[in-house]
Amino acid sequence: MKNILLAIPCLLAIAVPLYNSDSPRLFGFPFFYWALFALVPVSALFIYAVFRLDGGK
Amino acid sequence: MIDHLNWTATSVFAVFFLGVTVLGFVAGRWRRGDLNSLHEWGLGGRRFGAWVSWFLIGGDLYTAYTVIAVPAVVYAVGAYGLFAVPYTILIYPLLYATFPRLWAVTRAKHYLTAGDYVYGRYGNRWLELAVAVTGIVATMPYIALQLVGMEKVIGALGFEGTGWLSHLPLSIAFVILAIYTYQSGLRAPALIAFVKDIMIYIFVIAAIIVVPMKLGGYGAVFDAAAAALAKKAALTGKPAGLELQPAQIMPFITLAIGSAMALFMYPHSMTGILSASSGTAIRKNAFMLPAYSLVLGLIAIMGYMALAAGIEVQDPQDVVPALFAKMFPAWFAGFAYAGIAIGALVPAAIMSIGAANTFTRNIWRPFVDSGIGPREEADLAKLMSLIVKVGALIVILVMPTKFALDLQLLGGVWMIQIFPAVIFGLFTRWFSGWALLVGWALGMVTGTLLSAGVASWTPVHAVFGLGFSAYNGLIALVLNVGVAGILSALLPNRAPDETVATDYEDEVVTA
Repeated sequence: MKNILLAIPCLLAIAVPLYNSDSPRLFGFPFFYWALFALVPVSALFIYAVFRLDGGK
Repeated sequence: MIDHLNWTATSVFAVFFLGVTVLGFVAGRWRRGDLNSLHEWGLGGRRFGAWVSWFLIGGDLYTAYTVIAVPAVVYAVGAYGLFAVPYTILIYPLLYATFPRLWAVTRAKHYLTAGDYVYGRYGNRWLELAVAVTGIVATMPYIALQLVGMEKVIGALGFEGTGWLSHLPLSIAFVILAIYTYQSGLRAPALIAFVKDIMIYIFVIAAIIVVPMKLGGYGAVFDAAAAALAKKAALTGKPAGLELQPAQIMPFITLAIGSAMALFMYPHSMTGILSASSGTAIRKNAFMLPAYSLVLGLIAIMGYMALAAGIEVQDPQDVVPALFAKMFPAWFAGFAYAGIAIGALVPAAIMSIGAANTFTRNIWRPFVDSGIGPREEADLAKLMSLIVKVGALIVILVMPTKFALDLQLLGGVWMIQIFPAVIFGLFTRWFSGWALLVGWALGMVTGTLLSAGVASWTPVHAVFGLGFSAYNGLIALVLNVGVAGILSALLPNRAPDETVATDYEDEVVTA
């Protein structure tokens, strides 16, 4: 379970064909850029979830 | 030499630089410990909590060279340079899954370096030596590139000159760094990292707000950059654009994966992370450090801002200083340059400490003088940290910058070859030391040969029979692991292991 949670953001990060496009744009950013930037905090959330599952506070 | 000096920018730069110099010297008194022991000098006594570690590791991994080089690639070819973002997304799940275990075993057994751990785990001096030499050889050009970063911003202040005079400001800055690192050890970069990281956050936030306002918003920035890249692509015939071309996708992916696997193998990453006060401090950093990755992504976009602003530079690596010079008042440009220069000092200091710890523990003690005492060990490491820095300075002074760049590229390919010995070992002792050593040797040779191009060194190579290109470090790693696996299955594995399962566990039990 925890390993799967850690693997999800990794797989998304390297799934380039999913985000290799210009549209839809957000605040002028092509999708390629804002999708990658959005994935950064999302990956942190996944890691935080594992941290809590491990009993971390 | 100083006829074209920008006095406002230079004054701001000098004030900040002097400030961190003072910090570097007083750092020795911070969380006071006996600096004549390697544990205290070279690992800060392992007393850095989550927040100090956050600044320290962030300052350590996101180097000044990154601030210069990533936007330079984006400026030159576009989307391909963004591989740094998936790369820095991949590293934190990896950090979370592995380093608390490495931290626990290094504390239980009083290890300081990856080499110490590998010897303890596999009982093989030659594997320890391989890990140590790989780390030191890969670190030297990395330090040299921090100097390149510093030289770019010093040049942007308006210093000019011929011969050795042109390198004078850089040499002075580096000698100061060498002296306070010698005196204060890891405490110096730990304290300076606070200043560095805050300065970088400030100038990046300023840039992402102010520059698009002047250029008509992000949509306009990207459109102008796309037009400029299309022009470049037509001129050079090489792929460039806001999205990846099909042929770039696999290199992009494998470069991100390979770079992520190599990063934590570097001695400076080990030193930065192992100086944390607990496994939990490391786990917290795994979800706190991505903040820097976001900043890195925004820094990458500065390459597009420069294209949109019509900045033309001969060397793409001048693009960030040029952008600040054009878009901001002189005092703020000076502040940003100081941030980048101080951003070079932190990793350069930690890299030299990491290399010095490695040399002392894994080359000198086992192979030259096994009777060395704790005091002599610390003295030797301090001396080595000086030698490593002077060596890097000489490389920059006498060799073309391209030499350091090529070596840095090879360094990543080499560093990843110790990944099996260090990381697999945290979870299984099934592999044998000799098998890992043979795998390492094959990986080093293969990776180097693949990188040798006709005209220059290249990071990617066509994969035989698969129809795409991949990062050389990763291709070599596959061979490395395959051979190590086969040999481990065939050869006897009787070497001692001084660690036990419970050594790898800390206060949080991970099943």
